[in-house]
Amino acid sequence: MIDSLYIAWKYVTFNKVKTTILVTSITLIAFLPLALQVLLNASEQQLRARAGETPLLVGARGSALDLVMNSLYFSDNVSQLISMRAAEQIDDSGLAVSIPLYVRFHARGFPVVGTSLDYFDFRRLEIKQGRMLAMLGECVIGADVAERLGLGANDSLISSPENLFDIAGVYPLKMKVTGVLARSHSADDAAVFVDTRTAWVMQGLGHGHEDVTRTRDSSVVLQRNERNVTANAKLLHYTEISEANLGSFHFHGDEKDHPLTAVISLPQDTKSATLLRGHYLEDKQYQITRPDDVIDSLMENIFRIKSVIDAVIVIVGFATVLTLLLVFVLSLRLRQGEIDTIFRIGCSRMTVARLLAAEILIIAVVSAGLCAALLWLVQANSNELVRSLILR
Amino acid sequence: MISIESLQFAYPQDGFSLQIPAFSVPAGQKLAVIGPSGSGKTTLLNLIAGIYRPDTGHIQVAGAPVHELSDAGRRDFRITHIGFVFQDFELLDYLSVLDNILHPYRITRALKLTAGVRQRACELAGQMGIGDKLQRHAGELSQGEKQRAAICRALLPQPKLILADEATGNLDPDNKLHILDLLFDAVDQHGATLLAVTHDHELLPRFDRVVDFHDFRQPA
Repeated sequence: MIDSLYIAWKYVTFNKVKTTILVTSITLIAFLPLALQVLLNASEQQLRARAGETPLLVGARGSALDLVMNSLYFSDNVSQLISMRAAEQIDDSGLAVSIPLYVRFHARGFPVVGTSLDYFDFRRLEIKQGRMLAMLGECVIGADVAERLGLGANDSLISSPENLFDIAGVYPLKMKVTGVLARSHSADDAAVFVDTRTAWVMQGLGHGHEDVTRTRDSSVVLQRNERNVTANAKLLHYTEISEANLGSFHFHGDEKDHPLTAVISLPQDTKSATLLRGHYLEDKQYQITRPDDVIDSLMENIFRIKSVIDAVIVIVGFATVLTLLLVFVLSLRLRQGEIDTIFRIGCSRMTVARLLAAEILIIAVVSAGLCAALLWLVQANSNELVRSLILR
Repeated sequence: MISIESLQFAYPQDGFSLQIPAFSVPAGQKLAVIGPSGSGKTTLLNLIAGIYRPDTGHIQVAGAPVHELSDAGRRDFRITHIGFVFQDFELLDYLSVLDNILHPYRITRALKLTAGVRQRACELAGQMGIGDKLQRHAGELSQGEKQRAAICRALLPQPKLILADEATGNLDPDNKLHILDLLFDAVDQHGATLLAVTHDHELLPRFDRVVDFHDFRQPA
């Protein structure tokens, strides 16, 4: 058999193009369904793990899936917002502790998560470098953000306008990075965390500008009397919050009315959870949802789609096997002269079959090895792949 | 070396038949077989080599009754006692020249590939003038070099009988004579018998004996 393998090896290495095509086809047809299964398993695991850790979510009425994906994976946008008042109502009920979330803005492609310090304890996120948020305009960043943007503590990060037409409205805010979180292998690795008030500054609900009562530039002042000073658009607005200008930052309106995308509710116990859910049952403004239930429903749909994809892969795989068979038969025809020759020299038909089997074996082994290596890569990076391909 | 008696063979498909009442070749003889295309020359070589089994009659090669041997026996006999040289050389392009020469040793258990065999293959290739091309792929050789490699492959197991089927048919005139000389030298050196089918009448004077095959053919 070693001699057959030797001759077969010489054949497959000599016919590089043919061998490459065969190996690629077999590898792909084996790899695709297996990789899909690995990614689905990993995504199910990730979705269920994070959903399981989040007991209840309160948000505006609408798509529960959007609410969960936005609050847990910072991916989809929620169409309706709630206000800070919702968080206060939960706290006031004494049934649960609330963690506000305002996930709407981005900074250099990464979601900006406006929340409170409780969020970090809740998700067991630890600071690996630098310190935690302390004042308005500061942010801590996930491990992926730090790695991909090359940022660390004491660097700065500028928020992105919501869209191109936003240039006249929300100003980009230059945030100070105070810390980098330790890797958690979750969506938190790819997020920028700020206080909810900082997120409101990004929206323009809070701002800081030079003191119009003290400005000496007369062209800025439109009108001045004993009680009021009216300034024009030339007035300098700060785009960075520093210790020097922190005092000038202020919010217009009642902070209880400022927006949130969701509130994570951490009930005291099962009874409190049931009571809290009952409280929102008939509410026309809010919905309360168990992320676990939403993910269950999502996974059901995903597996339904996967079964269709599996069927397609089986059909494509069958077609590929038929094509490979055709290639093999045509190749045998082309090699009929060679087979006749070795038969005339004194080779048995069994040896001819063994030579051909050795070629198939080598191609199958190389394909299997390649497939295993690719699967190992997918498996090793499944968390990151799921987050970048599926939970975007 | 070869003894044939009352041989009859017919292809079932086209009705072609071959009858040879008696034919013998003494050991060490260089015999040329001539005849028109389709007269059965290659069929005779295949019968002597045991690739085909005669319908009736006896074929003895080196004392062995080839017609009585089983399929496996004929294959083992062929690979150990007979060297084949083909018109189209029939080398495998994906193997090196050395691997082509050693090929019979890799496809049967009747021959053992040892270090001594490798050494002999290199020496044989050196004698044939292709000693410096052993690691090249067969496809990189010239026609003449290919036929030298094919002769090396046929001679390496030290067969008693060399069957050459139009061995010089694809060579230019200069190469033709040179290859024939090399083949004759090698046959002499190994004490083998040569039975060569040829169309080339220029080469006939160099053989010990010439048989016109037309005499054997029986129309269907």
